[in-house]
Amino acid sequence: MAEFKFIGCIEIKELLGQKADNEAQLLELIEDVHPDSIYYHMHSYFLRHVYLSGPFPNDFANWAAIELRDNILGEKLANVGVSPEKSLEDIRMDLVETIDKHLSEMRFVSPVSRGNSFHFMKSQIVEVPLGTAARALPEFIRALQNVHASALYYHIFEARIRVRKGRNDFSIWLDNTLGYKQLAERVERIDFYMFSLERLRRKILDLCLQELAE
Amino acid sequence: MKFSGTLLEAYRDISPPGTVDLIYRLGEKLRGRSMLHVNSTKMGGGVAEMLLRLIPMFRELGIEVRWEVMTGTPLFFKTTKSFHNALQGDEAVLTEEMFEEYRRVNHENATKLDLSGDMAVIHDPQPAALIGYKFKEAKWLWRCHIDISRPQRKAWNFVKPYVSGYDGAIFSLPSFAQRLKIPQYLVYPSIDPLSDKNRELEPEQIDSIRTGFGLTGDKPLILQVSRFDKFKDPLGLIAAYKIVRKHQDCKLVLAGGSASDDPEGEEVLARVREEAEKDEDILVLDLPPDANLAINALQRSADIIVQKSVKEGFGLTVAEGMWKGKPVIGGAVGGILAQIVYGLTGFTVNSIEGCAYRIRSLLNNPDLARKLGEDAKEYTRKNFLITRHLIDYLSLMSLMMGVR
Repeated sequence: MAEFKFIGCIEIKELLGQKADNEAQLLELIEDVHPDSIYYHMHSYFLRHVYLSGPFPNDFANWAAIELRDNILGEKLANVGVSPEKSLEDIRMDLVETIDKHLSEMRFVSPVSRGNSFHFMKSQIVEVPLGTAARALPEFIRALQNVHASALYYHIFEARIRVRKGRNDFSIWLDNTLGYKQLAERVERIDFYMFSLERLRRKILDLCLQELAE
Repeated sequence: MKFSGTLLEAYRDISPPGTVDLIYRLGEKLRGRSMLHVNSTKMGGGVAEMLLRLIPMFRELGIEVRWEVMTGTPLFFKTTKSFHNALQGDEAVLTEEMFEEYRRVNHENATKLDLSGDMAVIHDPQPAALIGYKFKEAKWLWRCHIDISRPQRKAWNFVKPYVSGYDGAIFSLPSFAQRLKIPQYLVYPSIDPLSDKNRELEPEQIDSIRTGFGLTGDKPLILQVSRFDKFKDPLGLIAAYKIVRKHQDCKLVLAGGSASDDPEGEEVLARVREEAEKDEDILVLDLPPDANLAINALQRSADIIVQKSVKEGFGLTVAEGMWKGKPVIGGAVGGILAQIVYGLTGFTVNSIEGCAYRIRSLLNNPDLARKLGEDAKEYTRKNFLITRHLIDYLSLMSLMMGVR
């Protein structure tokens, strides 16, 4: 039976030297920036905030709300959906449309910065096999309790969006290898963008323990 | 073969779960490789302090690390001090003679120092010109520890061609990024949770140090630890404290280093002392540079820690306070913004009034203060401990060496 091998990851953050000071500049740069930068600002929030769920789940939304004091745009950007069906270009288009529509409804766009600039970044992921593996559900639960939190990021967000496997790695293994179809579906149905990595760990562990109890 | 050292093991229960194992795994890929660090001082300053702590960790992982320190003439160091100021945006005079001395001393060091190694990290502007002497196969990174978000053009134009020759540059904050054709990486500085400044202390030890300073613990304690420098705004904090005192009894402690070589700093310290003389609840402590245990105990004794800077490089005193589980209020500048997630791990403020309001609010909401402190500690554990710093360097080395 195929093992589940836990892989952690390290994110090397790269600065692109491009910055936005208002909504219009943000739009302009999102249109042109490298797709990895879209991925970084839509996801890496989770790697940086392992223990905390911030006001919004992506950097664009947080910057608009906190630095521009544009709460409406912040709320709209927080709802730009990310799903396995969407490519990074689809996400870019959603962001562009959201900001463009918002700009058309604004009476005045301040040409100067109202807070700190938005600095565009991108990242490269260095995979680190953690040497931890599981063959059965109880073993999986024990391992998941102790692995580095970046393994959750790697097996959920990287698998679903950057590597585009369609589902998270945990669900694929639980379903295809162990035959826990329902558990796999429950895990995949978690609204991953609403939790910190530590809370995601707890959530998945709870679902697995529930399955064992049943 | 599983590698298990002893130095790194000491961090197993302090760093986030799984971190030490992750470090061993990353280290395994790099065992036998060599790394060179070059800077301009063996003692004193944040860079030397950081290297002294990181280098034994690299060695424990089987990475061969050398640390070379460049030497220079008084004119060279005067020149690099001027570069330092000018790159941070201050006024500084730079002459052709100074540029020539910079090139000459770098050349001289290149002939004296052993610059071999699979990867080199060259720290700050002083040795930047060594890039002209790099071995062809080696990968060299320029590590900039200073704030170059608004450099003086003449200084940057001189340094930029050297920096452009590197395989990459490393900055401490996104706002320090420049228009460069080489990759620019972000690596935050860190604190060492096992150093005297940050390690756990026994309650008796804390009490003994606190009472040694005449602090009886009868009133809530507000603390700022920093040099007496106008950019750290101790006078602004005193003004905020005066507003708080209209509503709430508390004590303010301003603890910092000696400013004897800095006339501007001396003036700030004199004015701070003048204010303190008028109020018996303001205590000014001019501490020696090695007063690490005292700072640790003061931070652990405080109810609220403030870093009311109006200009800041990174401001690691914020992470130090957060690591002690304290609610921290910081000026909304520089690296303080990377450390304090507003309302989650502390509060950033933009004015004296804002600072006063947040102090009052936290003094009156102990549950909120406790929650912010707890989350701040966890946030620091993940983001600002030396183990994360080590991981960043190991990852960059993996990237540079092509061992993914």
